[in-house]
Amino acid sequence: MSQVRVVLPGLMTTLQDLGRPGYQRLGVPVSGALDPVSLRAANLLVGNGASVGALEIAYRGPTLSVETDSVRFALAGGRAPIEVLRPSGGASASPLGPFESSRLLRGEVLRIGALTESAVAYLAVEGGFDIAPVLGSQSTLTRAGIGGWQGRALKAGDVLPLRQAWVAAREELRLPPIDLAPPKRVRIVLGPQDDHFTPAGLHTLITGSYTISGASDRMGMRLEGPPLEHSRKGSDIVSDGIALGSIQVPGNGLPIILLADRQTTGGYAKIATVVSADIPKLGRLAPGARIGFEAVGIEAAEAAARQLASEIAAMAALIAPLRRPSVIDPKRLLVENLVSGVISAGEGGEA
Amino acid sequence: MPSKPQPRFLTAGDSALIVEFGDRVDPHLSALVLALAQKLEAAGLAGVVEAVPTFRSLMVHYDPLQTSHADLQRAIAPLLGGLQAARFAGRRWRIPACYDANLGLDLAEVARRTGLSPSQVVERHSQTRQLVYMMGFLPGLPYLGGLPEEFALPRRGNPRVKVPSGSVAIAMAMSVIYPQESPGGWHILARTPVPLWDMRRSPPALLAAGDEVTFEPQSLREYELMLAKATAAELCPDSDGEAPEPARGRQA
Repeated sequence: MSQVRVVLPGLMTTLQDLGRPGYQRLGVPVSGALDPVSLRAANLLVGNGASVGALEIAYRGPTLSVETDSVRFALAGGRAPIEVLRPSGGASASPLGPFESSRLLRGEVLRIGALTESAVAYLAVEGGFDIAPVLGSQSTLTRAGIGGWQGRALKAGDVLPLRQAWVAAREELRLPPIDLAPPKRVRIVLGPQDDHFTPAGLHTLITGSYTISGASDRMGMRLEGPPLEHSRKGSDIVSDGIALGSIQVPGNGLPIILLADRQTTGGYAKIATVVSADIPKLGRLAPGARIGFEAVGIEAAEAAARQLASEIAAMAALIAPLRRPSVIDPKRLLVENLVSGVISAGEGGEA
Repeated sequence: MPSKPQPRFLTAGDSALIVEFGDRVDPHLSALVLALAQKLEAAGLAGVVEAVPTFRSLMVHYDPLQTSHADLQRAIAPLLGGLQAARFAGRRWRIPACYDANLGLDLAEVARRTGLSPSQVVERHSQTRQLVYMMGFLPGLPYLGGLPEEFALPRRGNPRVKVPSGSVAIAMAMSVIYPQESPGGWHILARTPVPLWDMRRSPPALLAAGDEVTFEPQSLREYELMLAKATAAELCPDSDGEAPEPARGRQA
């Protein structure tokens, strides 16, 4: 069997891809990576397609043992101390940096510590995990127990099957790290139920400073700060659809931003929606972080979506070999098959 | 009856928009929503990812790289002209449910609060034809509407942390059926052995928006026997009436 064994699961490690759209009318949340930009970066580094599932690590990473001939990993997103423990007893300090790929061999153990700079990081393996998609996606929705590894977060002792038993040795790759700085102001488009709030309530949303509550999860980010005043229409509506980034405001006036595992419909007034380009930035924020909001028009939101898409498309061109040889060694070039031979000027050739 | 919908477009960020027909729970509004969903699917508009019918509106999720709010609104507007509320587009189901006090945990309290006897509650709840207005909250969970006004109770002040799978519960003159164990604040009247969500089926959800449901009261013994069958995957749901399984059949 070619597999990876979970020695320690980390705090909340789940298999996620770009989500499970198409079934919301049956009540199935979309799920998928909280930070799809970092997921794409991780997949790119190991040569996977963008929609291959990877392990989403939240706050603290897992310890994984390689039970196959070789496997190539890449970690993208938050930075973490990364160690590879070798069967001989040696530990190599951080041979796998963030936004770098690395090839590990049978018996080696990968240990990923606590994340900094982002609440999430993605650990991709070349070829992906051999785990059957559910309704077209490998994403885990723990609330309903569907997708991913047995519909839940990883536990110690889990054994994750790999699609590839071995990977070819090649020069490892790196990407310039993504800018993980928290957004100064999260951009929002007002509506669909901004008419359920007083002008003062709308003003509070734009000017207030909010702290991300510890009660947040993959479903929703709960905010603490000045409450938003509802108009006479009140906080309850006849349930309607929920979009990614919908900001619902229940009776207590405290906003909840609905994220990847959001319910498909809901009965609280939604004051605004976070623009799609800022969703990955929200996904990186940990409880305690502070955010504010900036209202933009729909055209500006659409322009931001195109801008992010072009930045994602440009990532492929930024991939570079991890370690360039400092001195060019012709023998090494031959070995690496980078040149096919050396022809001296004296030999043959028609003039 | 000719319908004169005055729908309006609402913004839900750069990846979804809402076509809203009204703000009430109303079978006519729901029929218009479902009619638009059907027309939208047939139109195959570029960039549309999926559409989600709700009580009184249709949420259209789209890819902002393939279309825009303005373009999509322009493309949907013509579909609203001459929109006919279909008389009945869904399937009819009789869903067995056990109202025994061991399973219908709030039956006695609902009887007390409505001033009805427990058997009257069972009779009125099971015999009313309820419409599936929408699916939401959990995979396969239906919101059923159409109950008499006496069932317009607010949700429980103290929601349960664990509502058993299959529980049939009411609030606000509506019913829900929990497809799996979940937290929930509705008043539990009964429990059905029929799996509402089963990955072996395609689609896995038994019900869909536009279907109609009545409940068929069963004894605790019948419930347990049917649950055993369902657990062994021997319960074959079929709304066509030709199914060997009497659990559900097409009515009338």
